[in-house]
Amino acid sequence: MLMAQHSHFRFSSSEMSVREKLWQVSWSFVLLITLVCGIGFLTLYSAANGNIEPWASRQMLRFVIGLTVMLSVALVDIRSWMRWSYGLYAITLLLLVAVQIRGSVGMGAQRWIDLGFIQLQPSEIMKMTLILALARYFHGATYQEVGRPLFLLPPLVMVLLPVGLVLKQPDLGTALMLILASGATFFLAGVRIWKFALILGAGAGAVPVVWQFMREYQRQRITTFLNPESDPLGAGYHILQSKIALGSGGMFGKGFLLGTQSHLNFLPEKQTDFIFTMLAEEWGMMGGLVLVGLYSLIIVYGYAMSLKSRNHFGRLVGVGLTTTFFLYVFINIAMVMGLVPVVGVPLPLISYGGTSMLTLLFGFGLIMSVHIHRDVHIGRRGASDEV
Amino acid sequence: MLNDATNDRSKIVGRRAFLLAGGQAALLSVLVGRMYFLQVLEAGKYATLAEENRINLRLLPPPRGRILDRNGVPMAVNEQNYRLVVIDEETDDLDDTLDSLSAIIPISEHDRARIIREAKRHRSFVPVTVRENLSWEDVSRIEINTPDLPGVEIDVGESRHYPLVGLGAHLLGYVSAASETDLQNSNDPLLELPGFRIGKQGVEKVYDLALRGKGGTDQVEVNAVGRTIRELKRIDGEPGLDLSLTIDLELQQYAAQRLGEESAAMVVLDIHTGDVLVMASTPSFDPNAFNRGLTPDEWKDLISNPRSPLTNKAIAGQYPPGSTFKLMTAMAALESGSITPDQRVFCGGKLSFGGNIYHCWRPQGHGAMDLVNGIKNSCDVYFWEVARRTGFERIADMAKRFGLGAPLGLDLPGERGGIIPNKDWKRAALNQPWYPGETLSNAIGQGYVTATPLQLAVMCARIANGGQAVIPHLARDIVEDGHVSPRPPPNWPDIGVSRQTIAMVRRGMYAVCNEPGGTGFNSRIKEEGMFMSGKTGSAQVKRISARERESGVKKQEDLPWKDRDHGLFVAYAPEPDPRFAACVVCEHGIHGGYFAPIVRDVLVEVQKRYPARVASDHDHDHDRDHAHDHAAG
Repeated sequence: MLMAQHSHFRFSSSEMSVREKLWQVSWSFVLLITLVCGIGFLTLYSAANGNIEPWASRQMLRFVIGLTVMLSVALVDIRSWMRWSYGLYAITLLLLVAVQIRGSVGMGAQRWIDLGFIQLQPSEIMKMTLILALARYFHGATYQEVGRPLFLLPPLVMVLLPVGLVLKQPDLGTALMLILASGATFFLAGVRIWKFALILGAGAGAVPVVWQFMREYQRQRITTFLNPESDPLGAGYHILQSKIALGSGGMFGKGFLLGTQSHLNFLPEKQTDFIFTMLAEEWGMMGGLVLVGLYSLIIVYGYAMSLKSRNHFGRLVGVGLTTTFFLYVFINIAMVMGLVPVVGVPLPLISYGGTSMLTLLFGFGLIMSVHIHRDVHIGRRGASDEV
Repeated sequence: MLNDATNDRSKIVGRRAFLLAGGQAALLSVLVGRMYFLQVLEAGKYATLAEENRINLRLLPPPRGRILDRNGVPMAVNEQNYRLVVIDEETDDLDDTLDSLSAIIPISEHDRARIIREAKRHRSFVPVTVRENLSWEDVSRIEINTPDLPGVEIDVGESRHYPLVGLGAHLLGYVSAASETDLQNSNDPLLELPGFRIGKQGVEKVYDLALRGKGGTDQVEVNAVGRTIRELKRIDGEPGLDLSLTIDLELQQYAAQRLGEESAAMVVLDIHTGDVLVMASTPSFDPNAFNRGLTPDEWKDLISNPRSPLTNKAIAGQYPPGSTFKLMTAMAALESGSITPDQRVFCGGKLSFGGNIYHCWRPQGHGAMDLVNGIKNSCDVYFWEVARRTGFERIADMAKRFGLGAPLGLDLPGERGGIIPNKDWKRAALNQPWYPGETLSNAIGQGYVTATPLQLAVMCARIANGGQAVIPHLARDIVEDGHVSPRPPPNWPDIGVSRQTIAMVRRGMYAVCNEPGGTGFNSRIKEEGMFMSGKTGSAQVKRISARERESGVKKQEDLPWKDRDHGLFVAYAPEPDPRFAACVVCEHGIHGGYFAPIVRDVLVEVQKRYPARVASDHDHDHDRDHAHDHAAG
C-alpha cells in the first residue's frame, strides 16, 4: 500500500507539467532572495559613491541571469540532478585542475578561468557540485553502511581532492567551506559522532604540521587575527579598519552614501569581501540586524523546504546547500567583525562577483528543485535504475 | 526492510538537521552579539578612531622672520628655493623620465639611485626630490620641456639667505635642520617637518622662537592611503617676526673692510643705551655655505685656518688686555687713595722689585710721571709702582665693576668671560699662592688677565658714561615670548666709582690721543667736536729671547706672525660729551697704535652718521650731566 502510494506520487511528479511545477515554486523564498539582492544593489551603488556603475549595474544583470538559471534549475527533475551529480562533480574537478594549469593570476592566487564573457571560478562551483556528489553517494547508504569506515573512504577522497586543489591555489576560505559543508553532509548522512570527534582531535594534532605547509601570508593572517593591533598598518590593517568603520556606524548608522570610512577608502575591498562593513557603517546595527534576519529566514526556508522532501538525496542536497549558504553568511560577517581570520569569503548575494552570485542562485535553484520534487521517490540504488 | 531503512534514515536526517540548524542559529546569535558589542557598546571608541582616520592635520611652516640692521637693511632673508621633484605615479616609467631629465640637467648615478630608492620607499604620489637650489636657467629649461616630462614638477620652497655673505656672519649665525637633541628639548611639531630649519648660531639661535613664528595647520580629508581628498579647514600660522638689530650695516661694512684680512675684532657701542653698532670679526665666513651644505674641503679649510674664521673674536676671543688694563689699575689706585693724581713716580726705565728687575717698554725711561702722564705715555714703571701700593685685589675688584672677568650677557651665544685673577682665583685654578711679582705683570694687563674685545669696549663705555653699568645688546627691541616691545630708557646701576676718579682717568685718555707725545696722538681726530680719547695696548705673546736677540730679531716685525704681540686700542668720542665707545683687538698686530687709525676713522664715520645722539628717542640727561661735569678737556 505504502509502496503504491509512493509509486503514485513518483508517477505524478515525474509527470508534472512546467505550469504545475511553477505553481509549486515557493515564491516567498524567491522574494526573500530578491530582497537580499536588492540590498546588495543599493550597497554597491553606495560603494561606487552613488554610481550605478561599475558594480551595481553589472550585479543586477547577473542577478537577472542568475534568477533565470535558478528557476530553470528548480524546474529540472531532482532525479536528473542526481543522475548528473557525479558528472558535474568530475567536470568541476577538471576545471579546478585547469586553473592550476592555465589559470590567470589574480590577487596573487590562481582562481579564475577567463571564458571571455565571465571569469569562471571553479572553486565556487565546487561548493555546489561536491554537495551533489556526496548526497548521491550517501543517498543509497543505510545507517549500517555509513557506520563502516571503509564505506567512508570514497566520499573522503571526493572531499579531499578538491580541497587539496583549492588549497594549492591558495584559497583558504573556500577550502574551509568545502570541508565544513562536506562535514555537515557526512553528519546528516549519519556518520557516527565519535568519528567527528576523532577527526577534530587529529586535526588539532595536525595544526603544527599544517602550519609548516602554510604560505607566509596565511600564517600572517592567522597571527594578525589573533592580535590585529600588532601590525595596524600592515596585515592587521583590514581588520582594524573594518572594525572602525563598523563600530563608528553605531546603532542607526551614518546614512546611505554617507559612510566616511568606506567612501574614503579606509575600508579595503568594500565592494567584495568587506561589503557588510560598509552596509553596517551606513545603516548601523539596525541595517545589520535586518540583513542577518533576512539571511536567517532564507536558512529557515532552506531547512523547511529540504526536510519536506521524501527522498534522502533531496534532503541531503537541501540541508547541505543551506549549510553552505549559512557558512558564507557566518564566515564573512564573523570575518569582517574580527571574529575569525580574514579568509576571503564573499557575503552571499551582496558581494560584487559573478561566479558567487550565479553559483548561489544555482544552489537555491537546487533547493527549490528539492522542494518542487519533494514527493519524488528515488530508489536506493539511485536515479539510474529509474531510466 | 527498505521502508525501515528509509524511515530510520529519515529520522536521523531530521534529528541531525535539527542539531545543525540549532548550531547555526547559535552562531548567528554570536554575530548579532558581536554587532551589538562593536556598534553599541564600543561605538564611541570607534567613532573617535574614525574621525582621526578621516582628518589629517598638516603643518604649514611659517615664513621665517627677516633680520634687519638698525636702519632696516636686510641681513637675513628668505629666498625662494626651486626644487625639482618627480612623482612616480604620474610618470609613465620612472627610468624613462629620469633619462629624459638627465638630458636637460645632469643627474649623477648616486642621485639617480637615491631617487629610485626613495620612490620605492614612499607611496607613489609622494614627490621625491631630484635636486634642490635650481638656478633660474635650469627652472626655465625644465619648464619648457614639461610636456615631455610627465611626473616632473618644480616645487617652490623657502630657504634662508644671507645677502651680505660674510658681513655680520658671526652675529647672524645660521640655520639648519633640528637635531635629535633639539627635538627632545622642544615640543614644537614644526621641528619635525622635513626641510624646516631652526637657528643654530648667533642671533638666529637666540631669537629663534620669535623668528620662527607659529605653524599653521591645514585640516585635510584623506583616504586610507593618505591622498588628500579636499581641504577642510586652514588656520594660517603667524609668520616669524622681523628682527631689527642695533648694528649699523654701513659702519659694520666699513670696519670690516678696514680690518681686512687681519685676524681682528672690532666693537662700537653706544655708551648710554648699550646698542652695539659694530661688531666685526675678521676673517669671516659665508653662512650661506652652511645652508647649502659644506663640502669636506670647505669645512677643512674653515677649521684649519689659523685666523679661525668661524670664531666671533669680539666675544669669544680672550686676549691679555695689555696697557688698556692700566686704566683699571689707575681707577683702583685713585679710589683706594693709594696715590693722588698729582703724586709723581720716577721712571728710569726699570724697576727693581722682589729681587727682579722690571723693564719699562721705553728703556731710557719716562722721568717723573703723574697719573695723566702715566696714562698718556703708558709708563710701565708708574703703574707698577701704583699697583704695588694698591694691591691686586683692589684692581681686580675695580676691573669687575667695569665689566671684565665675567660674560656681560650679550644676546648672542658663545660669549666668554675672560679672566680677572686674584688670590682666590689663583688658589682655585692653579692651587698656587699669589706672588707679589704677579701684581705687577697683571696690573699692566699681562699675566693671567684676559678680556674679550666686547668687554674692553664696555669698560671704555663705562668710563665714558661716568660709571653707569651699561650692558650691550644686539636686538633693537626687547623680544620675549614672541612679542616685541621697545626698550625702556636705560637706567643702568652706578658702578660706584667717584666722578673725580673717572674724570682724572679720562683726562689721561684725552692726553693719549690729543697731546703731543701721547701714544695715540698720531691717530687723533682733528675734526672739531669729534675729538676722541683712548688708550693703546699691546699684549705680549712671546718674549723675544736672548738667542733671538742675538740672531738679529730686534723688533716684533721680525718674529713669525703667530709669535707677534696682540695690538689693542680702546677709545670713546666725542669729547667732552661722549656717545660712542670702541675697541679693536688685532691678533699679532704688535701694537694698538697701529690700529688706532682704524678706530679713529670708524669713530669719525659713526659721528658723521649720527650727528645727534644715536638713541635719539631716549633721554639721557643725567648721563650727559655726568659727562659735562667731569669730562676733561
